[in-house]
Amino acid sequence: MDIRSQISMVFHLDKCIGCHTCSIACKNIWTDRKGTEYMWWNNVETKPGTGFPTRWEDQEKYKGGWEENKGKLRLKSTDKLKSFTNIFHNPNMPSMDDYYEPWTYDYKALFNPKGSDDQPTAKPISMVSGEYIDIKAGPNWDDDLSGSSVYAKNDINLENLTDEQRDQMFAIERLVMFYFPRICNHCLNPACVASCPSGAMYKRGEDGIVLIDQKRCRAWRSCVSACPYKKTYFNWKSGKSEKCILCFPRVETGQAPACFHSCVGRIRYLGVLLYDAEKIEETASLPEDQIVQAQRDMILDPFDKNVIAEAKKNGIADSTIEAAQNSPVYDFVKKWGIALPPHVEYRTLPMLFYVPPLLPVMSAQDGKQVKNVNEDFFPDFDKARLPIKYLANMFSGGDEKFVRYALEKQSAIRAYRRAVTVGDIDIKDAERALIKADSSKEEAEAIYQAVSLSTFNERFVIPASHREQAIEMYEDPLKHKQETGFGFNEEPKRGL
Amino acid sequence: MEQFNEILNTFFFILLPYLSIFTFFLVSIYRYKKEKFGYSSLSSQFLENKQHFWGLVPFHYGIILILTAHLFWFLFPGTVLVWNNVPLRLYIMEISALLFGLLTIIGLINIFIRRFSDKKVKTVTSPFDWITLIILTTQVVSGLYVAFFFRYGSSWFATSMTPYLLSVLKFSPDLSYINAMPFMVKFHIVNAFTIVLLFPFTRLVHALVLPLPYIIRKFQIVRWNWDRKKTRNAENKSV
Repeated sequence: MDIRSQISMVFHLDKCIGCHTCSIACKNIWTDRKGTEYMWWNNVETKPGTGFPTRWEDQEKYKGGWEENKGKLRLKSTDKLKSFTNIFHNPNMPSMDDYYEPWTYDYKALFNPKGSDDQPTAKPISMVSGEYIDIKAGPNWDDDLSGSSVYAKNDINLENLTDEQRDQMFAIERLVMFYFPRICNHCLNPACVASCPSGAMYKRGEDGIVLIDQKRCRAWRSCVSACPYKKTYFNWKSGKSEKCILCFPRVETGQAPACFHSCVGRIRYLGVLLYDAEKIEETASLPEDQIVQAQRDMILDPFDKNVIAEAKKNGIADSTIEAAQNSPVYDFVKKWGIALPPHVEYRTLPMLFYVPPLLPVMSAQDGKQVKNVNEDFFPDFDKARLPIKYLANMFSGGDEKFVRYALEKQSAIRAYRRAVTVGDIDIKDAERALIKADSSKEEAEAIYQAVSLSTFNERFVIPASHREQAIEMYEDPLKHKQETGFGFNEEPKRGL
Repeated sequence: MEQFNEILNTFFFILLPYLSIFTFFLVSIYRYKKEKFGYSSLSSQFLENKQHFWGLVPFHYGIILILTAHLFWFLFPGTVLVWNNVPLRLYIMEISALLFGLLTIIGLINIFIRRFSDKKVKTVTSPFDWITLIILTTQVVSGLYVAFFFRYGSSWFATSMTPYLLSVLKFSPDLSYINAMPFMVKFHIVNAFTIVLLFPFTRLVHALVLPLPYIIRKFQIVRWNWDRKKTRNAENKSV
């Protein structure tokens, strides 16, 4: 066993209100520099929709992630030889047109217009070339299903859905949607890291955050194609790739990342997971329908005496083990089994998990009456506005079993809490539903607590990171007294 | 006049080579040590994805092959001469070299068009990029001219250029080979050393950091900031 710790995340999709506050918090801190304007390390998508960049889930086009060939894993976009033959021109790389050209407005025109009968207008200006442009797309122009005939209808996850199911989704007055906030998944088997020819990308051993060494990146661009979630971005100004850093300077000092901290709907949870790193390759090479379970099995019980002993032997700090024991992520993913990784079929083993949304599944219109649930308080999946197959395509490699489990448990808990607080449901029936959903009264209360009442410190359990000691091992701060600093003290200036 | 010629020759074929080679190593190493952030291929594929293919691919394959040919002529002059003894083999050598040259120039023309016509790409094109492009184009055009009008280059390279370059490397430059050369050949040599001189100041440095270790590397990279076993050991007072 090779136990490592990983800072992992859970997003509760039912709670997301699609306000984009997370995106803005991130943008203000990290990506308001020249060359990064178009990047959204955190973005919120409306599903069904084509996302950002457009149709990022289409791996026939972008060739992101891994594929399995006779039990062996290989990158879909490239291999060792191909990364040299394609180094001059990367055939699968998205260009700025697949994202959008960032712009500002010519506000000066509003202040000194020539006299005219019309209102002065501020024309859009490209933030790349500085010239007037026609805006054709933005990062979230498919928000709330706007332009759904262009965007939502082209969603990759509609594959394998019958025509009837599709009509059901897009019939007027029955349109259905939910929000899908995304950051870097900080995967266990990251394709971006594996594809980087320079070896500039790496996973931090201590907390599993995936980063790009800005001094070693040489703009070979493999990571942009290789990441199936399109969460590495190319900075056209500096000539380096950049990505979500999970706000590691904040995490190291015990603060939640900016997108987590600012989340209005309190949908986000952050915590440590202990996992067995020896099983990474084996798990990622399994058949698609086994990966969800196998990835869960890699995650270890932080209360197990054996695990604790092995973790200590592997240099994991006591504070980290303690954080793993209090981790909300462990509860959601492993204990309750209601959080699922996005697109396991990409085989990167993402460490950001989603609680699938109950809301779009629940109400089905039956004549004039909106019927919610059957007699067991479970949503009638076959009549649901959002076909469960769609959710399964997103969160469990097409296998409906896991999504069904998560949704049934959630609806049983709702029924139970309704019985407790409102009382119009017989508590006996509710308890029966709980048992049917593989839950119990205790668990229902715990989930209710975590989802509805949990405080800031319960949602974000961040271990102290001891990097203050780490720096002293390779640099003596006292040696640098009266200097301008040490570490990365070079101006991040574009090369000649 | 003869004296003037001698001064010119000394400058272009003795001083310039040493200045170029010295600058090349000094500046490349300095930049790698001190300005590592600037060491990048500065790709603009992200801004323009279609013309990019028709410029960058022919250019790179062309220039790599033609440079390899030059290197081969320089390193194995004997082998080249033996190979060229048979006319058919000589033609194969010469024609393929000419084709590589043409491939390079086609690439360069497309790069010029792309950098002029695309607004986004134009904004990331620095004066240094234009200088690099112009000097490379000059080199390829003069090379093609030489290949076409002074046949057969691969043979006389082995008998005249190799000894001159070797004499430079041995610190006893011998100009007797150079004096007999036509103007365009001389120009090609001087321009080549100018490229070597400017090389470390431009984006060309990306050729020095080819990611060759990737071939034998493991896919995943994990970086630890400290020795995990040592850190936990309470007796280790230093941590």
